[in-house]
Amino acid sequence: MIRLEGIQRVFQVGDQEVRALRDINLSIGAGEYLSLMGPSGSGKSTLLNLIGLLDRPSAGLYRLDERDVTGLSDEEQAQVRREKIGFVFQFFHLIPRLSAAANIELPLLLAGVPADQRKSRVSRLIEGFGLTGRDTHRPDQLSGGQRQRVAIARATVMNPAVILADEPTGNLDRATGQEVMNILEGLAARGVTLILVTHDPEIGNRATRKLRMVDGKIVADQRT
Amino acid sequence: MNLADVLRFSFASLAGARTRTLLMVLAMSIGVAAVVVLTSLGEGARGYVVGQFSSLGTNLVIVFPGRSETTGNPGMLLGETPRDLTLDDALTLTRSRAIRRIAPLTVGSALVTTHRRNRETPVLGSTAEMLEIRHMSMGQGRFLPGGDPRQATPVCVLGAKVKAELFGTRQAVGEWLRIGDRRFRVIGVLASQGQSMGFDTDELVIIPVASAQILFNTSSLFRILVEARSREDIARARSDTEEILAKRHDGERDVTVITQDAVLATFDRILRALTLAVAGIAAISLAVAGILIMNVMLIAVSQRRQEIGLLKAIGAAPAQIRALFFAEAAVLSSAGAMAGLVLGMAGSYIVGRIYPVLPLMPPWWAVVAAFGTALVTGILFSVAPARRASRLDPVESLARH
Repeated sequence: MIRLEGIQRVFQVGDQEVRALRDINLSIGAGEYLSLMGPSGSGKSTLLNLIGLLDRPSAGLYRLDERDVTGLSDEEQAQVRREKIGFVFQFFHLIPRLSAAANIELPLLLAGVPADQRKSRVSRLIEGFGLTGRDTHRPDQLSGGQRQRVAIARATVMNPAVILADEPTGNLDRATGQEVMNILEGLAARGVTLILVTHDPEIGNRATRKLRMVDGKIVADQRT
Repeated sequence: MNLADVLRFSFASLAGARTRTLLMVLAMSIGVAAVVVLTSLGEGARGYVVGQFSSLGTNLVIVFPGRSETTGNPGMLLGETPRDLTLDDALTLTRSRAIRRIAPLTVGSALVTTHRRNRETPVLGSTAEMLEIRHMSMGQGRFLPGGDPRQATPVCVLGAKVKAELFGTRQAVGEWLRIGDRRFRVIGVLASQGQSMGFDTDELVIIPVASAQILFNTSSLFRILVEARSREDIARARSDTEEILAKRHDGERDVTVITQDAVLATFDRILRALTLAVAGIAAISLAVAGILIMNVMLIAVSQRRQEIGLLKAIGAAPAQIRALFFAEAAVLSSAGAMAGLVLGMAGSYIVGRIYPVLPLMPPWWAVVAAFGTALVTGILFSVAPARRASRLDPVESLARH
């Protein structure tokens, strides 16, 4: 479902060129559970952002569901993100002034889903993610684990085909991290493509397909 | 994303930054209030002047002797003075069907003496018609008698202030007094009216025009007040007046005829221009408020980089981000405009209480213009911040710095 061919990403830092991704060729099938590991600066986050259409490659071809998405306009890319991709971040990125429910509701709001449908979908997720009774709380009234659960609920509310998680446990203690991983793996088990960036090998090794990146290149691609 | 959702989102983010929101609303409302108060002051002044003019009489045509001309006038070269305007001239004017009535005026100043006090007073010579033409009303007694205006009856009517100064609280009607070297009997006292275009009727003594001509030893008139039958007849009354007087003056057009309308229209124009100028100055403060909004929105964009990045990541299109920031500016500026209207109305009311003579009411066009300008500047000045927000790089804005 995801096909990357000859992807390059070059950043201009001052008058120096930094090659974050060098000739990446990768194909990811629907429903795969994949981890991206490697030292910092190896380009794993850049690759994730590229797959999530937050960034554009300097060269190469990216096909999502057999459709070339490299040349899409900003508006079209936004639509693809809205409908097919869910993001989970290390720092949760919840909007502080909005309640948990309102944060989860945001993608539906942007997609123009009618209010009554939004309500039922959000309340189903709040129940499913064990956030009952916390829906009116603002993010600063929630624990780290709860915040990340809200963020995951937000990422899944549009039923995306792909979930991209950038260090989802990086800001959580071990127990809560475990809890969050269980939720994400639950999603993967239901057929969602899950791509996980981490440098914690213990978490990375749980994936069924493990990619290792060094210096902008994929150096290992291991399936279990 | 429909309009209601966009607005709800903007309200939430404005409520999230309360101080900032209140300050911006305040800035905007001061601008709008300034426009409203200043234009209502200008309009009040205009209404005041127009009212004063109308209190002079309605459908008036005023005739004065002499003609101001900028082209060469052979009469001037020959040393000929303009012909006097006489009482007979005035009386002939009633022949025109466009003219309802006329009042000749002679003006002078004389010493008015009772047996105890005396006072130098402007003395006006006129006829019975004066009362109606000038819309004056009597406090006591009657006005000048009708009948032949050529007859010099020794009677006088006092202005309210003159009466008070000469007679105090004593009865004045029926008493005799001396004006210059002649004796007159007081037959009436005018109701107090106050100033009207510099003519303070309270300080006048009015006597029959023939008496005044004898008193001041003149046969000419100061003015002739002509009242047309209706508004539509003003133009005819004016041309008839010119026609009749020219015929009587051997074809010489040696009088000046002005209509009250023309004077009124001039004042109206001047004061409206003044109001516009003042409104323009006030509008500058609106523009300043607009720039303030832009400034604060720009700050908001950089403060909310993460939020914008997140919105992009979860699928907000650039147009949606722009719409959100636009809506915020629109909500802000309409709240400011609304508050400003209330503030301005309250201000006008207070000023109206301080200067009760001014009919203070902000004109509708100023209210609409102030409201519109507030909205337009607010939204216009949010174009740049909204564009900046929509162009933020999501990867960079999501990164923790």
